Amino acid sequence: MNRLAVTAAAAVGLLAVPWLVGNDFYINLSSQILIYAILALSLNLLVGFGGMTSLGHAAYLGIAAYACAWFVTQAGLGQLAAMILALLLTIATAAVFGVLSLRATGLGFLMITLALGQIVWGMAYRWVNLTGGDNGMKLGSRPAPLGIDISQPVPFYYFAVGMFGVAFFCLWRVAHSPFGATLRGARDQPRRMRMLGHHVWMIQLIAFVMAGFWGGVAGLLYVYYNQFVSPNVLALQQSAEVLLMTILGGATAFSGPIVGAIVITLVKNLVSSYVERWNTLLGAIFVITVVFMPEGLVPGCARLWRRLRGQKLPKAEAKAS
Amino acid sequence: MQFWVIQTLNSVALGGLLFLLSSGFSLIFGLMRMPNLAHGAFFMLGAYLGVATMNATGGTLWWGVLGGGLAVAVLGGILERFILRALAGNEQGQVLVTLGVSFIIADICLLSWGGDPIPIPAPLSLRRPIFFEGLAFPTYRLVVLGLAVVVAILLHLLMDRTRLGAMIRAGVDDMQMARGIGIPVSRLFTLVFCLGAALAGAGGVIGGPIMAAYPGLDADMLPLALVVVILGGVGSLLGAFVGSFIIGFVYNFGTALFPDLAYVILFLPMVLVLVFLPQGLFGRTLR
Amino acid sequence: MTAAALSIDGLSKRFGGLPAIQDVSLQVMPGERRLIIGPNGAGKTTLFNLITGDLRPDTGSVSLFGQDLVKLPTQRRIHLGLARTYQILTLFPRETLIHNVVLSLLGLSPTRWNPWRPLTRYRAFTDAAAEALTRVGLGDKARRIVAETSYGERRRLELAMALAQRPRVLLLDEPLAGLSQEERQSIQALLTTIPRDVTIVMIEHDMDVALAYAERITVLHYGQVIVEGTRAEVVADPRTKEVYLGH
Repeated sequence: MNRLAVTAAAAVGLLAVPWLVGNDFYINLSSQILIYAILALSLNLLVGFGGMTSLGHAAYLGIAAYACAWFVTQAGLGQLAAMILALLLTIATAAVFGVLSLRATGLGFLMITLALGQIVWGMAYRWVNLTGGDNGMKLGSRPAPLGIDISQPVPFYYFAVGMFGVAFFCLWRVAHSPFGATLRGARDQPRRMRMLGHHVWMIQLIAFVMAGFWGGVAGLLYVYYNQFVSPNVLALQQSAEVLLMTILGGATAFSGPIVGAIVITLVKNLVSSYVERWNTLLGAIFVITVVFMPEGLVPGCARLWRRLRGQKLPKAEAKAS
Repeated sequence: MQFWVIQTLNSVALGGLLFLLSSGFSLIFGLMRMPNLAHGAFFMLGAYLGVATMNATGGTLWWGVLGGGLAVAVLGGILERFILRALAGNEQGQVLVTLGVSFIIADICLLSWGGDPIPIPAPLSLRRPIFFEGLAFPTYRLVVLGLAVVVAILLHLLMDRTRLGAMIRAGVDDMQMARGIGIPVSRLFTLVFCLGAALAGAGGVIGGPIMAAYPGLDADMLPLALVVVILGGVGSLLGAFVGSFIIGFVYNFGTALFPDLAYVILFLPMVLVLVFLPQGLFGRTLR
Repeated sequence: MTAAALSIDGLSKRFGGLPAIQDVSLQVMPGERRLIIGPNGAGKTTLFNLITGDLRPDTGSVSLFGQDLVKLPTQRRIHLGLARTYQILTLFPRETLIHNVVLSLLGLSPTRWNPWRPLTRYRAFTDAAAEALTRVGLGDKARRIVAETSYGERRRLELAMALAQRPRVLLLDEPLAGLSQEERQSIQALLTTIPRDVTIVMIEHDMDVALAYAERITVLHYGQVIVEGTRAEVVADPRTKEVYLGH
């Protein structure tokens, strides 16, 4: 299957969603999926390409969302200024958190990201004077990029498509760039990379900040969409969900996180109308995925597809893909 | 002055509870090289099951401690034996599974016991404060401190004087060597996991009169355990002990004096430790 | 007097109670072919790890062309002209051979920080990598995945990666380990083609090949230098025989 053809088809499909779907509820759902797809892609830079599993990624979505809301409603800034400042704050936090988290690797790294994420959540929850605590913070209105009104579902959806396109394109460029190659190298053989002259710590820190930045972009979209943000968005559950999206889809490819975002968001929204126990379901999906499908849906399905078509690939080639 | 007495005793009580929580966490992490993210959920579940036991038997808090601790230990054993063992060698997978399990436990607790906090009464005899020099000392908090110290001593004796302890220490030090000299590692893992779960579960009940059982208790306790272990060093009981009391004081006085910034204040010791002593105060490095 | 290419002075390292390297001093002159030998556990790989920065010494110094290395992190040492191959292969198994060499070339190039331009557009790197592979006889296998190559081919790849960086001092940690007789001779022939502007320090067990190649030899035993000198001197020295035959 030609990659370009698939991408073109996907792009057309994305643009056609409002016609295909027609219903405001589903158009909004599609916007939500795009927000989480950006978040999952940003985390995948860290997890899939960098080999660094983080359980604190929701922090960047939350910080950007809260900062934007605060700058607009409390500091009285314009939407554009608020957006830029929110992203700058997110980058700064990611840099600091990255330095702290990279004091360890593997599970130590995981624990530190978790603890830092929890601390940000605790701050949002307790620092009532700043964040409104449990009541959350409202964002009065959505911005009007280039003067276009995006307060309605369909225009907002296209705005989200645009942001997703930008995010996807940028992350795609990073993945195929020299930096992307060194990031993957640092994931596979960090000691070797140092012995070749690469500054592994710096590579990982830059990846961490990039992931935080795009997580912040998702956060901006989130607060524009909901026009509201509450501490829930920073809870461990949110970090776990986005990690699950990257793993469920299959952490290495680009399609993996997107598939994961689609599946989890759909299940969460559609199932929640019938069943109240989303958390149990989330937990169960986690356990089942890790135990039975560790390589994720996309690689797993790809393999199944090949087998169904009767193609038996030699072992080496299967390893290469 | 009374304020400081109360806060100090609140701090040592919290420290004691944190020790019960994080000693198990630290042992599991040290031996199995895996942070058990269900540990906060074990604490909360223990509290709920403790209340259930007390209601079922009509007994005092101590029956609750027994019931909660045992039940959680059994659950922990099942989790370890049937799921974690299947992922042996894949520590990251194990961590994610414990995370998933923590969500399931939290949700089931919500389903079973509802959203309102359930108070857990302290034993009658311990409810009146001790008066000394004109100041009132909340008795139960002193008891919690005492229990934590007793458990610390018992754990120390276990680790230092028994064969089981020697096996655990060997496993923490060098897993391959331990396997090589014939230590039954799989069974040891299950045992230590049960022990850690029991401590957490019992801790939840013991903490009941102070904290009650409520949804979100797990999310409140887990990061504290993490910070204690990052501070005190993985696999070190002494580190867990010292770290628990440091965090108990920092968190408690922080919440009392600067309620908005409690979590920020929690942040600081952890940051300092990470920057200057990445292996924690007493333990081995997180690398 | 010419500065030594690699100068080690009073280097010591203990692991807990175990002294791995004890007061080791040696000087390798530019262009020299130095062989480090000694029984297993003599500290040869530890010595390499101390030179590359994987380990920090307890005492002593390491200098590269007069530049003190001890305070520098590993990647800075590589930028000063050091390169190393490993006893246990550490390659990038899911990548092609040419990608492995490209990663090596990127290590010294500011291009490695570029997060935007596709790597495939950098023809200069791909060409240089292809050339490096051809020099070790792997030119026709450039597009193969490492996982699909033989052990001997992977050893050549390691060499290609190190040589592509045109290092001033090259540390070879048992480059012939695990190879067939034919492969050994082939790699040894390859080693003789390395120009003299590369100083070579090699750890090796295969005596025939190594002795043929080495100009000066340092014998290590229990972390100490026991004998050092030209090939003839070391071979004749009774202490060398004792170190090896005493076991």
